[in-house]
Amino acid sequence: MNHLPLIIKREYFTKVKNKSFIVMTFLSPLIMIALIAVVAYLSQLNNEKERTISVLDETGYLKDVFIDSEHTNYTNLNGLSLEDAIVLVKEKEDYGLLYISKTNSLDDVTGHVNFYSEDSPSLSVISGLERQIEKRLKEKKLELDGVSLAQIEASQINIDIAQESFDGEKSSKIDNVVKLAFGGAAGYLLFMFIIIYGNMIMRSVIEEKTSRIIEVIISSVKPIQLMMGKIIGTSLAGITQFVIWVILGAVLMFVVSAIFGIDLAQVQSPQQEMVNQAMQASDPQVMAENLINAISNLPLANLVIAFLFFFIGGYLLYSSLYAAIGAAVDNETDTQQFMLPILMPLMLAVYVGVFTVIEDPHGTVSTVFSFIPLTSPVVMLMRIPFGVPLWQQALSLVLLLASFVFAVWFAAKIYRVGILMYGKKPTYKELFKWLKY
Amino acid sequence: MNDLLVANSVSKSFGSFKALNEVSIAVPKGSIFGLLGPNGAGKTTLIRIINQITMPDTGSVLLDGQPLKGDHVRDIGYLPEERGLYKSMKVGEQCLYLAQLKGLTKTEAKDRLKYWFDKLEIGDWWNKKIQELSKGQAQKIQFIVTVLHQPKLLIFDEPFSGFDPINANLIKDEILQLRDEGATVIFSTHRMESVEELCDHIALIHKSNKVLDGKLNDIKRQYKTNTFEVGLESLNKEKVLLEIQDKFEVLPATFKNLNDDIKLNIKINEQTSPNDLLSFLTSKSEVHHFVEVIPSASDIFIQTVNNNQ
Repeated sequence: MNHLPLIIKREYFTKVKNKSFIVMTFLSPLIMIALIAVVAYLSQLNNEKERTISVLDETGYLKDVFIDSEHTNYTNLNGLSLEDAIVLVKEKEDYGLLYISKTNSLDDVTGHVNFYSEDSPSLSVISGLERQIEKRLKEKKLELDGVSLAQIEASQINIDIAQESFDGEKSSKIDNVVKLAFGGAAGYLLFMFIIIYGNMIMRSVIEEKTSRIIEVIISSVKPIQLMMGKIIGTSLAGITQFVIWVILGAVLMFVVSAIFGIDLAQVQSPQQEMVNQAMQASDPQVMAENLINAISNLPLANLVIAFLFFFIGGYLLYSSLYAAIGAAVDNETDTQQFMLPILMPLMLAVYVGVFTVIEDPHGTVSTVFSFIPLTSPVVMLMRIPFGVPLWQQALSLVLLLASFVFAVWFAAKIYRVGILMYGKKPTYKELFKWLKY
Repeated sequence: MNDLLVANSVSKSFGSFKALNEVSIAVPKGSIFGLLGPNGAGKTTLIRIINQITMPDTGSVLLDGQPLKGDHVRDIGYLPEERGLYKSMKVGEQCLYLAQLKGLTKTEAKDRLKYWFDKLEIGDWWNKKIQELSKGQAQKIQFIVTVLHQPKLLIFDEPFSGFDPINANLIKDEILQLRDEGATVIFSTHRMESVEELCDHIALIHKSNKVLDGKLNDIKRQYKTNTFEVGLESLNKEKVLLEIQDKFEVLPATFKNLNDDIKLNIKINEQTSPNDLLSFLTSKSEVHHFVEVIPSASDIFIQTVNNNQ
């Protein structure tokens, strides 16, 4: 007899109709958006404040280096003494005073640059200033050696190595970043899902024991069907909640930015601006082009399909481990000792993904970890953007699903034996013994 | 094939503990079979094996002549001693769910539930949550769920615990009615008075072994000691007493009676018939009370368990 659909239905609807579930589903996005809106609003307040930096340059080397930008104005105080300048800056309540004292030669400037301010200045401001000064001094020095500014401009070369595989597939540096981001996002999403909904599955498995209905249920259905039904039903409830969160979040985000006129995506702090300016970031258009290129270089169809399968597979496997914990204990307080060992392989997978796969996507370590079921959902997803033969993906997926089924069977086995031992906290040794019953 | 359920030398161990040792029982069709035994004797293990919650290590169980298999859960209704329902589920939904797990369709389940809810006059509970009901009320729901799919075999483990006397009687009558309609009932309990009232057959399990089984009346016959409770009146008490003691084994008796001078338990041997005793007594005195002492289920239980210590 197949009761699976019936069990899934019950599990799903009891979860979805639960009051705290409904409250959390609709309250969480509200809280999140409210939080983001507050942060955005505050930083916008901050943005509207312009800062003024006064410059007293006694050397004259740094003429015209500092150009006003959106949030930062520079005032030239040349001709004043340092004391007067400081008094003036204090009076004007400027952000600070950049002081370059008189030196004998260009080489001595290094030790003669000071910054005076009321509070200690932010790191990004200082490093921004430093970089601008360095650049000018370098140019000056070259000029002294007889190199003209035009020559310097002309000598600036930007190399971007065009990468191409033997098959003629083109790629670029930014590809790696995109690949890393993709794998990382997949891993992070899986991590989050497991942490949020793993517990729910565990509680759901304990439910029959705390309500003492277990013997009635177990004399009607096979434990493996019950486990499977619980995992699938609870997961569906989780997905429902997640989808509602995403939709509600998007709508709320839209509404909030429409009403308050806060463009959440484009909040740029003065610090960021300073850094960008200093780094003289390469043309944003080129960047965007590269990015689009990089994304289109990814094996997209393969990625999307693999993501779906590995995400689902990985989620099911970890859920079934949570179910096994639920099956082994009588109440929630006994679950603590089992939690850490479950999350550890997942963390390991993320580390392997970040540190090994990016360096050597087809090396031994990456390959092995992309087959081990507990780590494969993250590691394989990170490897796929670098091109993985289909048979490897298929094999890894089969291993993943097989271990899921095994884990459910294992959970069901523990469950069946566990009911004969009410009120006793099991040890790992006992769990192992139960398998043999 | 008169036995609905047959267990053939079923054994089950948990680690080094032997919960059942070569236990065989045969439950006749249409009977109420009392499965008795002290706490921890192995009754629940046997019941769980019949329900396929655990598997026996050795031995086999046949239901209607067939070895137990998955589909048999439809033919069995089980009310466990450890019982409960989903607390936050509504009564009606829950009954429908559990009935469907036992193989009923939704409409079948609805019709039958309506019948039972009307019968027990609890129609207005349909939309209540289990946690809003009292323990006894929840037990009623549990009873309905157990019998709803009209199983051939009903297994009740301490069915009356948690019921007040009125509801216990109600449930007892329902059980008897189900038996009359053809169901076979296995009934596990410590309450010997309900065994006396309900059971046709009994089996007694003690320390993992079956120590007694058969028709309750046969067992009682087997356990009777040919003892008679006698109340006599005589003018010459001392003399009559001596004469009786001379001829029979006499024990003191404690039954209640109005005005008997002499109250005795008299044991006769196999060769003597009750009539012989009676005519002897009438010749000596006036007989007011003459009853054969029949062992109660409780007596048999205690005696058997003590003998097997």
